[in-house]
Amino acid sequence: MALQRPDIEKIRKNVAQNEIWKSVFRHGYQDNQRNRALMVLDNVFLHLHPVRVARHGANIGYTWGMGGITFLLFIILTVTGVILMFYYRPVAEYAFDDMKYLMNDVAYGPFIRNMHRWAAHGMVITVMLHMFRVFLTGSYKPPRQFNWAIGVVLLLLTFLLSFTGYLLPWDQLAIWAVTVGTNMARATPLLGHEGPFGPQLGLKSNNDIRFVLLGGTTVGAATLLRFYVLHCIFLPIVAAVFMAVHFWRIRKDGGISGPKVESKEMKKARDVVKTMQIKRTDLLGGDDINGNGDPGTDPDSPNGTDPTNGTPHSPETRP
Amino acid sequence: MHGKLTAFDYLMSQIEKPDNVPALLLLTLAAFYIWHSWRRSKINDSRSTPVEAEMADKVQVWPYLVRVEFLTSIVVLIILTVWAITINAPLEEPANPALTPNPSKAPWYFLGLQELLVYFDPWIAGVMLPTLIIMGLIAIPYIDINPKGNGYYTIKERPFAQATFAFGFLVLWVVLIVMGTFFRGPGWNIFTPWEAWDPHRVVPLNNVDLPALVGVPTLNVDNTYNPLSIMIGAALILIFYSIGYFVWKKKQGTPFFKALGPIRYGVTAFLTLSMTGVVIKILLRLLLNVKYVLATPFFNI
Ligand code: HEM
Repeated sequence: MALQRPDIEKIRKNVAQNEIWKSVFRHGYQDNQRNRALMVLDNVFLHLHPVRVARHGANIGYTWGMGGITFLLFIILTVTGVILMFYYRPVAEYAFDDMKYLMNDVAYGPFIRNMHRWAAHGMVITVMLHMFRVFLTGSYKPPRQFNWAIGVVLLLLTFLLSFTGYLLPWDQLAIWAVTVGTNMARATPLLGHEGPFGPQLGLKSNNDIRFVLLGGTTVGAATLLRFYVLHCIFLPIVAAVFMAVHFWRIRKDGGISGPKVESKEMKKARDVVKTMQIKRTDLLGGDDINGNGDPGTDPDSPNGTDPTNGTPHSPETRP
Repeated sequence: MHGKLTAFDYLMSQIEKPDNVPALLLLTLAAFYIWHSWRRSKINDSRSTPVEAEMADKVQVWPYLVRVEFLTSIVVLIILTVWAITINAPLEEPANPALTPNPSKAPWYFLGLQELLVYFDPWIAGVMLPTLIIMGLIAIPYIDINPKGNGYYTIKERPFAQATFAFGFLVLWVVLIVMGTFFRGPGWNIFTPWEAWDPHRVVPLNNVDLPALVGVPTLNVDNTYNPLSIMIGAALILIFYSIGYFVWKKKQGTPFFKALGPIRYGVTAFLTLSMTGVVIKILLRLLLNVKYVLATPFFNI
């Protein structure tokens, strides 16, 4: 009995031509420009990106990939963090024992915890380096000023996330690091009982800003619960919202920053328009009917309008 | 305890503390990237158009960007996995509010600020300076009106901005973090990383206030504050910040300062002078044992 050679082409057709497959993947994977564009457009995750970017925007020597790595670490932290929450109770009596249990008796417990901790420290490092890169390439300059401000908020949120998490193991390292960190709060001018004008305003250790932060006069059970809720719910949600805005603004500000240059095609197009203008003005006896200086028009920017020029979306500035 | 520990053993014990590793990593990466951006700036500064301008043509995100992201993610995941397998997150003795460790250190990324506590009272080091850093960072895009250097590496076209930020980040942030992490031991005394921590070391504090250096004591004999000392201290600080005003007076006519305008200039001058002030205070302490420049019953600077 001769073994029949499987008809690859037919199998492929059967797999890729049925309703289930087609409902998931909406286009083929033939390597052409259209499918490459659709790969990005049809994918909810990839469509954070534009279809095309400037070549230096994909150059790791330019961006260092630091913003992207920061985001990747945030995702890793979310996943490992959820797993840690299965084993951890934010109660002073249990917290430390839960950590011991996780480190000694849970399969892959130490690995998950280590991933979470080192990703957190890594994120603090990469967010600082990302900011450094953005400064060095002057990428905060118009039109990206506001996205820089959002970035600063993200920097602060990253520190706060890391700091609130630092308390949760509830060991000596944790409570004393957080004690040292939050001791500063009592020196806040006007708000802390050891800050300038604090005592004069009647502030004591049980009614000042630090008391509000800790839920007590020292780092204790109330602080643990507060930091836990902030760490696992409030701060991640706020950070996620700010990241969404951050990414949205990157697109709306015209993509990754770069020197202002005219691409070859744009230059050609502009030359064509110029010659046409000359011809028309010649025909009409020299009147400049084009008004020549439409200041809102910049062919390089995403909407055909110059984003530095205020309102990129206002209809008046559209050509 | 042990037979005899060498300097190398102490050094390793500092480096091997799990939570010290990230500080070392930051130092290494910061050094690498300052070299990298320096090199890219030099290349751009020696050409008429920056390298980035020649890479401004568009490529398709799939595959040219997505593959970079994919590879980067794999590399990051590998590094993180190796790190998580080889170094365990620390878990010390259970929390004990009655037992204060010496030294008590904040997480490494705040050790720069904790280090500043040596030179400033907590309301400055722990509250005012962090606030100024955050507000100052947000202000940067609005006070830097130099249109050049937007979207490419350059030093020549914006030397002041690059130098100021690099100094602030590398020296006042990274170096102070390394200082607080590796060079501070019990009693927050200075120890080299290759030295044993002696918890009983006593360093005599003989710091004096700046006015006292010129013969004006801070306190009168009856322990009330000496108004002359307060006046001298306040005058010094006022004179320092008024440098900004005199520079403005002298330069306000020039095109650049006209374009900058008084508000932008004021904010820039205040932030730059404050940053310089931090450095000056650190030097005053290290070289002249100055405790405060201005000491009052309400606050000290
Ligand atoms: C959780 C923190 C952050 C995340 C996840 C994040 C993510 C990103 C990503 C993925 C990009 C694309 C380009 C790149 O990778 O470099 C980017 C660009 C940018 N980021 Fe962030 N970022 C964060 C924090 C910051 C901070 C702290 C700043 C500044 C203070 C900042 C300012 C900017 C600006 C201005 C851009 C546009 C840069 C350009 O067009 O060249 N971001 N960010």
